[in-house]
Amino acid sequence: MAKVRGTGFAAVNYPTGMHLGGDPTQSLIHMTPAGDFVVTMASVDLGQGLRTVLAQIAAETLGVPYESIVVETADTDTGPHCTGTFASRTTHRAGNAVVMAAQEARKAMLEVAGELLEASPEDLETDGDGNIHIKGVAERSVSVGEVAGAAHFGYGKTIAGRGAYLKPPSPMDPETGECDPDSTQAHACTIVEVEVDTETGMVEVLDMKSVYEVGQQVNPDLVKGQIVGGSWMGIGHALYETTAPGYPAIDPAPVDFQNYLQPGASEMPEVTCEVLEYPAESGPYGGKGVGEMVTNGPIPAIVNAINNALDVRITQIPVTPEVILRALDEKRAQAGG
Amino acid sequence: MEDKLIRLTVNGRDEAVIIQPLATLQDVLRDTLELTAVKSGCGQGGCGSCSVLVDGELRLSCLTLAERAEGAEVTTLEGLNATNAIVPLQQAFVENYAAQCGYCTAGMVMAAKALLDRNPAPSRDEIVEGLSGNLCRCTGFAPIVRAVQQAAQALSDTGEEAS
Repeated sequence: MAKVRGTGFAAVNYPTGMHLGGDPTQSLIHMTPAGDFVVTMASVDLGQGLRTVLAQIAAETLGVPYESIVVETADTDTGPHCTGTFASRTTHRAGNAVVMAAQEARKAMLEVAGELLEASPEDLETDGDGNIHIKGVAERSVSVGEVAGAAHFGYGKTIAGRGAYLKPPSPMDPETGECDPDSTQAHACTIVEVEVDTETGMVEVLDMKSVYEVGQQVNPDLVKGQIVGGSWMGIGHALYETTAPGYPAIDPAPVDFQNYLQPGASEMPEVTCEVLEYPAESGPYGGKGVGEMVTNGPIPAIVNAINNALDVRITQIPVTPEVILRALDEKRAQAGG
Repeated sequence: MEDKLIRLTVNGRDEAVIIQPLATLQDVLRDTLELTAVKSGCGQGGCGSCSVLVDGELRLSCLTLAERAEGAEVTTLEGLNATNAIVPLQQAFVENYAAQCGYCTAGMVMAAKALLDRNPAPSRDEIVEGLSGNLCRCTGFAPIVRAVQQAAQALSDTGEEAS
């Protein structure tokens, strides 16, 4: 009886979104009299930071400060259509829709600015700080706020844009099975070291190192948040969490957090991650999805590490102490034959 | 059993509220006083999202009978912001991306405040222990632990209290 260590790894090839027989997200952007831009979406921010990311994308495309963007999300009764926040699709789908809407709104903004500056809209550029000026002539400038005032109260114009991103349906070729199911793919590899107590069956995840390739990161801190959170979820699924602890029997099922076990802060190892950026052609500014894949690598990596430590072949999750002790019993029985 | 009038101090204000028999402190704070930073997660003391301070001690408001708070001094997350400003502890949560969906955050901040009030320079293990009654499903805890470490450091640099 001893504590033994093992190492395991897993690699992930993860699709961003699905075609779903046609998968749309739409976006509407309009300028307020104060010169702010409201981005209206039905997409939902689950806490992953979608509103932050969409505000960054809108600001970048419009050429205005991030602080002047207001993102309204999640009203599926009144907002422009979004299929939903799932399949790691929303940065990609909603981001692309926002780029399209922002391009149209920027064009409308530059047309009004052109009238104020007596210049062609094609000769204008934004400085990203809230000003529009004639290319190469910074002193021939108006502020975005002045443009907003002139549009609303002088010219009677809206400064607005529409965006409709659609991943088109992709029927499967009946001969070859070929289709185009997703928009782009992200990749990852996770290596885990565990220590298993062969007397109690308890597992401690000592170290978790990952490399992720997620296209161009729109917001690196939010990407890291997804990776660290997903690492924790992976530990939970690999070692603790189940709604059917006696599977295939579904009773008794845990009905509270005393019986539905999940890791706490003390079960969390130091998570190290590196992120590689290979921009996706189809993505908004090269972005792919990172949301779901972050749980997929850690789970098999942990199970592989346990198998490596014990020289057994466990293929179920969660790997509870009972699962480990039964696997060790079986191994001993076979050896003693 | 009949309805009953109780008096308590909440976030520095004297309150008199009529409670139904077996009402919890959580009912009083959320429903009567509309202090909705007190979250209602599991209602069984398993998640910590309803954490508040009662006479300076960390308590699960869902498991505390309102009657037991008679005469007590109760602090909710709203009570940290008397001047409507973010306090250093909250600022540390912001800077470390220690919230995603945000449902656990109010309880986490209260648990961290209770810890820092009694132990201004906690070790990492003491922080983990101090937050052990609070569940988070998004962040993986690491950013929250870092936020509390940063808050402790900031407080020792300035000599201020947690909030």
